[in-house]
Amino acid sequence: MKTNSPQSIQLIVILLVALGLIGLALSGYLTPVSRILVNPVVKAQTWLAKRYQAIQSLITQPEDVNTLRHKNLELEAENSGLQVQIIELQQQVTEAQLLSTLVDYERRHVDNQYIAASVIARDISPFMHFVIIDRGSDNGLRKGMPVITQQGLVGNITAVTAGAARVQLINDPGSSINVILQQSEVEGVVKGQITGEIKLDMVSKSATIQPGELVLTSGLGGKYPENIVIGQVVTIRSDAYSLFQSASVQPAVDFSQLDIVLIITNFQSEDISPLVPGPSTP
Amino acid sequence: MIYLVGVTLLGILAILQSTIVSRMPLLNGTADLILLFILAWVLQDRVESAWQWSIIGGIFASLYSALPFGSYVIAYLIATSVTRMLKRRVWKAPFLAMLVATFIGTLIVYLVSLIARSISGVNIPMTSALNLILLPGLLLNLILAIPVYSIVHDLAGWLYPEELEA
Repeated sequence: MKTNSPQSIQLIVILLVALGLIGLALSGYLTPVSRILVNPVVKAQTWLAKRYQAIQSLITQPEDVNTLRHKNLELEAENSGLQVQIIELQQQVTEAQLLSTLVDYERRHVDNQYIAASVIARDISPFMHFVIIDRGSDNGLRKGMPVITQQGLVGNITAVTAGAARVQLINDPGSSINVILQQSEVEGVVKGQITGEIKLDMVSKSATIQPGELVLTSGLGGKYPENIVIGQVVTIRSDAYSLFQSASVQPAVDFSQLDIVLIITNFQSEDISPLVPGPSTP
Repeated sequence: MIYLVGVTLLGILAILQSTIVSRMPLLNGTADLILLFILAWVLQDRVESAWQWSIIGGIFASLYSALPFGSYVIAYLIATSVTRMLKRRVWKAPFLAMLVATFIGTLIVYLVSLIARSISGVNIPMTSALNLILLPGLLLNLILAIPVYSIVHDLAGWLYPEELEA
């Protein structure tokens, strides 16, 4: 009969101990023991893991920064693209508003009578923003008649001969027009500038105006009919020590491309200059 | 004959000035063909009708401008008198005289225009006038001064032929 070798006995003992331990563990008798044994191991592993992560992040951080920078650039580019889209959409909305206003204007002013005229000359002095048109008193034109295009107000007639008339543009430094803003209904005065731009002035400081608002003639003073488009508010300026707000206005009409204009012949402007108090008036 | 040519030429120049040159500004400044033509005419040797041409040119310019009537006549007359003084001093270098006359004449015309606008109640900021009108206009006038002088020199030679010595 063959005797069992010590190795076999050792294996059997190990198996029995293992089965016993498994049985004890499954039955829950080893929990306190395992807690005592496992906790230090977990703590040690945690400590080591944290140190490892710290070292790893120290090594890999530049890559992360670069990645973030690239991502940031991509997002900025995307943001710029979206802003361009927003501006384009805003311009489309603005154009739509302008067209809508013009259509409304045409509908509301069907009773106006117009004469078309060609611009044949410009003032030879760069200090004057005037044009000469090829219609005059023979065609029924009179001093003071408003001149427009399909885009908006151009100016008014200041001198007439038999076959021609001189028109003062609204961007002439000597031009001033009483206006009203369409949305906020704030009143002001649009004045021409030597640069050929126009400026909204005399707006009350308490009034709230927004860029993009349409500027229309108010009809005050009797120089122009009301509700003719002049332009849009671009930038608003309000100094702490000034009495009024001012704003730059983008004219609806491109004065450098004036070829054909319309004269409203059934509107006669009122001359209120005798009523305006002069410097010597008490 | 000379006056007829002057009136015709200055009339054509006024039309060119108001239809073409005024539509080609540098910033807000434009060239002044009528002024250049008058100054070049004044600087010619045998010309005796400088005052008359400056008055005719001034009247044409006034017709095409909303500046108070006579402003251009006064401006061109002052420019003519200054150019005549210049002619006597630098008569040996006509091109140089033309450039100096253009410089001074342009300043005179712009100064008179500014004064005329101020009198009519419109104050123009000097800085804007200098940067946007005077300097660009001066540059354009100086660029055109020599070609205009050459053309006017040929015209004067045609209208005032040199007398042949016997």
